[in-house]
Amino acid sequence: MLSPVNVSIESLNLMTLVPMLIPIVGALLILVVDMFKSEQDKSMYVMLSLLVLSIDFAFLLESAGIFEQNGTVMGVFDVMLIDGLAILSQFIIVGASILFIPLALTKKRFHEFAYPEFFALFLFMIAGFQFMVATDNLILIFVGLETASLALYTLIAMHNRNKSFEAAVKYFTMGALAAGFYSFGSMVFYALTGSVEINQIASVLAANNYADIGFVLIAVVFMLASFGFKLSMVPFHTWTPDVYEGSSAALAGYMSIVPKIAAFVVAMRLFEFLIHSGVVWLEVILYIGVVVTMTMANIWALVQNDVKRMLAYSSISHAGFVMAAILIGTTQSNSALFLYWILFSFTNLGSFSMLWISRQKNLPKGQSSDHSYDKFAGLVKTSPIAASIMALFMLSLAGIPPFALFWGKMYMISSAVTGGYTVLALIMALNSAVAGYYYLKLIVYMFMKEPVVGLAGDVSAVNATLSLKTIIGIATIGTIFAFLALNQLLEFVTVFVYNSGY
Amino acid sequence: MLDHILSILVFFPALAALLGFVVHKDSMRSYGVAVAAIEFALALWLWFAFDNNVSGMQFMETIALIPTFGINYIVGVDGISLFIIILASFFTMIGIASLTDTKDVKNMIITLLFLQMTMVGVFVALDAMVFYVFWELSLVPMLYIIGAWGGPLRIYASVKFFLYTFAGSLVMLVGMLFMAYFYYQATGQWSFAILDWYRLILPESFQLWLFVAFFIGFAIKVPMFPFHTWLPYAHGQAPTIGSVILAAILLKMGTYAFIRFSLPLFPDASVFFMFPIAILAIIMIIYTAMVAYAQKDIKQVVAYSSVSHMGVIIIGTFALNVEGISGSIFLMIAHGVVSGALFLLVGVIYDRRHTKLMSEFGGLASVMPRFATIFGIMMMASVGMPLTINFVGEFLSLLGFYQQSHILTLLAGIAIIVGAIYMLAAYKKMFFGEVTKEENKNLPDVNKRELIALVPLVIITIWLGIYPKPVLGPINTSVEAVVQLMHEKAITEEAKSRIPSLDIIINKASAKEVQ
Repeated sequence: MLSPVNVSIESLNLMTLVPMLIPIVGALLILVVDMFKSEQDKSMYVMLSLLVLSIDFAFLLESAGIFEQNGTVMGVFDVMLIDGLAILSQFIIVGASILFIPLALTKKRFHEFAYPEFFALFLFMIAGFQFMVATDNLILIFVGLETASLALYTLIAMHNRNKSFEAAVKYFTMGALAAGFYSFGSMVFYALTGSVEINQIASVLAANNYADIGFVLIAVVFMLASFGFKLSMVPFHTWTPDVYEGSSAALAGYMSIVPKIAAFVVAMRLFEFLIHSGVVWLEVILYIGVVVTMTMANIWALVQNDVKRMLAYSSISHAGFVMAAILIGTTQSNSALFLYWILFSFTNLGSFSMLWISRQKNLPKGQSSDHSYDKFAGLVKTSPIAASIMALFMLSLAGIPPFALFWGKMYMISSAVTGGYTVLALIMALNSAVAGYYYLKLIVYMFMKEPVVGLAGDVSAVNATLSLKTIIGIATIGTIFAFLALNQLLEFVTVFVYNSGY
Repeated sequence: MLDHILSILVFFPALAALLGFVVHKDSMRSYGVAVAAIEFALALWLWFAFDNNVSGMQFMETIALIPTFGINYIVGVDGISLFIIILASFFTMIGIASLTDTKDVKNMIITLLFLQMTMVGVFVALDAMVFYVFWELSLVPMLYIIGAWGGPLRIYASVKFFLYTFAGSLVMLVGMLFMAYFYYQATGQWSFAILDWYRLILPESFQLWLFVAFFIGFAIKVPMFPFHTWLPYAHGQAPTIGSVILAAILLKMGTYAFIRFSLPLFPDASVFFMFPIAILAIIMIIYTAMVAYAQKDIKQVVAYSSVSHMGVIIIGTFALNVEGISGSIFLMIAHGVVSGALFLLVGVIYDRRHTKLMSEFGGLASVMPRFATIFGIMMMASVGMPLTINFVGEFLSLLGFYQQSHILTLLAGIAIIVGAIYMLAAYKKMFFGEVTKEENKNLPDVNKRELIALVPLVIITIWLGIYPKPVLGPINTSVEAVVQLMHEKAITEEAKSRIPSLDIIINKASAKEVQ
């Protein structure tokens, strides 16, 4: 006869679940509203999602306060792990989502936003990402990852164009492959150590001194491949440009930020201890991966004819740049990762939003794609403010000081210098120079060329509404005045990363 | 009031540029001239309030920016930077004043005012990161000026200019981050303040690597042979105002940065690289002079001659003694005045004929006597005739380097004299002989607006050529401090002996003869 299981409800620490439950409840609420009275205007759903996310953000602030006082909190049978990384990345996830969701309020009617399911799925996805970063249990990571990814595939497909279906199916297939790799890798780790918790795995492996290094390497290979897909590292990047092209510009901008930070956090938890325990092979592979991802993506970006595809390759390159932080593995580099990604969120979301407000409903004759360079030719003549803002985002992405991303780049390169990776620091610096070319290309089109005859004329704001302009305004202010907030941001991030033991 | 004069000097043009968006485009030129005149007056006031006997930084301001990482807004001015700041404000003023019929004049003037902010910012920054911010930011307005108002190849030229300099400065950025890291290791605190870095004595091997990293950034900006290939395109395609500002001020950023960063931070490495750099500089002087001789386009002649003279500045800087460095700083001013004036003059003739080919001209001296006179004076100054501003700088630079190597100085000296050939040849082709082309017969001489820009330059050229002391005095005081600092910081025997200590400077000169 088994003795009755006795678990006190306090020891479960259910409060750790609250930030994830809020978006889930919000999503269910949206579905319930739809059940009672369907055919509501999208603005209602947008504001509802915004409110839910704001409450979520408030609770995150609270757990940040708790973390500052008591340190890391575990909960729900020690499955949940609320440490500094979890809190920081949730801030980015929820913050970027708050900036993203008003982009649904476009002037032109786009089919996907008419469905309440879009917003429900969106909130489910956020909960999935939050679960993913707030645990070190490989199974829960998997659950979070799949919840989020499945929702995301659907969001892409809802854009309802042939290219969108293609993108969604492509993303789905690749994602399924990545999921397979992931579960296989976890299985090997479980077989080796009898645990699915990363810190358990680390201590068991350390205890027997990495006796089964062969199996560890197999597991690492599968994990690397799986995260390679999620982070779009070369050579697992092939889906990225097509998926970005197929999805709406707003969603593409979102995809370049939020899913990646979630994957970065998991990669940090998993690979950091392996690198620090001297798995040299992993270090070499990561080094090559980082350099190749940065460089190749930059070179491919040079030859794109569509701004959105260019930005897709640029975001691959940025991901490779940031991946260097995991390779370097110091507190400074991990703080740099978060700092970089916070600044990147503003700039990148801003530049994708600029594409989004210029999005025509249907592709006009003579224009090769939705956001071809030609469309932006001579923009300074017709709409100087739009051109200046777009140029600002491009300069920031290129790393021209004092705009936001420069500081992230500078801190990241500095962490490579202090970490002893001098050559890597130089490669990172020179890659920024290569990247400068394709960002300049857009500036050249906007400022130095004449408008292309035969196109529809000024379309820089055909899709703009007040709420879209507000988001762009926030992104612009964040990009220009980042240096004023940088000191607090840096201190905050460093404390959180340091106190989590990374 | 004067406690914040430097910040005012930096941010006043930026504020004016922002407000300029509101000004109507017909009144824009007057607005620009007024703003630039105020800025120039402020710069003169700075000179007036400047204490000539102080060798260190004056009017310093410090505002915490990112104290956690040692980045602060620190500005200050000493004798080395003072006159370049005045030069920058002066050239912006006459540049805007002499602006001829340009399309989108409003955008141009706003861009120029932003450019002025970055230029002044570079020369007053005493924090490496603030310096870097302004240094990089200065690329953007220049990119726009060349790319939007330039000649047929303007886009290629502007992008090449941008990427070339950008790549170089990123290497420099890595060097700066290393410096800050070494400072952190030595003191336990992050700092990007240049004056903090001055106190850091690095082992020679680190000095060599860091010197190279900084050198790449600066050498591309100067531009030194073999990194000079962007410059002819930039000058060739840029509008007159772009060339003027580029030659007069932007190139000086590189040579100024050598004196501000490379020399005091890495004295041993400076000595180590002294001869290689001097040889590069001499190649630069000779090679670009030869290339200039082969040009058909008068603007390219001026552009290459400008590169050629930058070589003399480099030689003076790497003489590593007071005469050489003071001379090179003086020559920076002189080069700014003279090559700026020459580009303005080329602009004058281009406005009339819309061609810059020398074969299109000939005998202009009889048609445009005033123009020919001013051009003649400036050309004489450019080839370094005594009693002109260039002569003082070139003489001091070479005198300084003479103490390090007689042979190389001789070579450089001959090269400068030979270099005069192309200038005289160009002058002959354009101004003497018969007027062969029908179009040239009725060219109007320089008008009043152009004279307003050109006459002050002529006056400065001759005044400072005859009596350079008001400028040379403060420069000398600050340079002495730099040289003394280098001497004290130097580790190797070689460096100690190459860089003179100031209290034994006279014995030093005679001791060298004995060697």
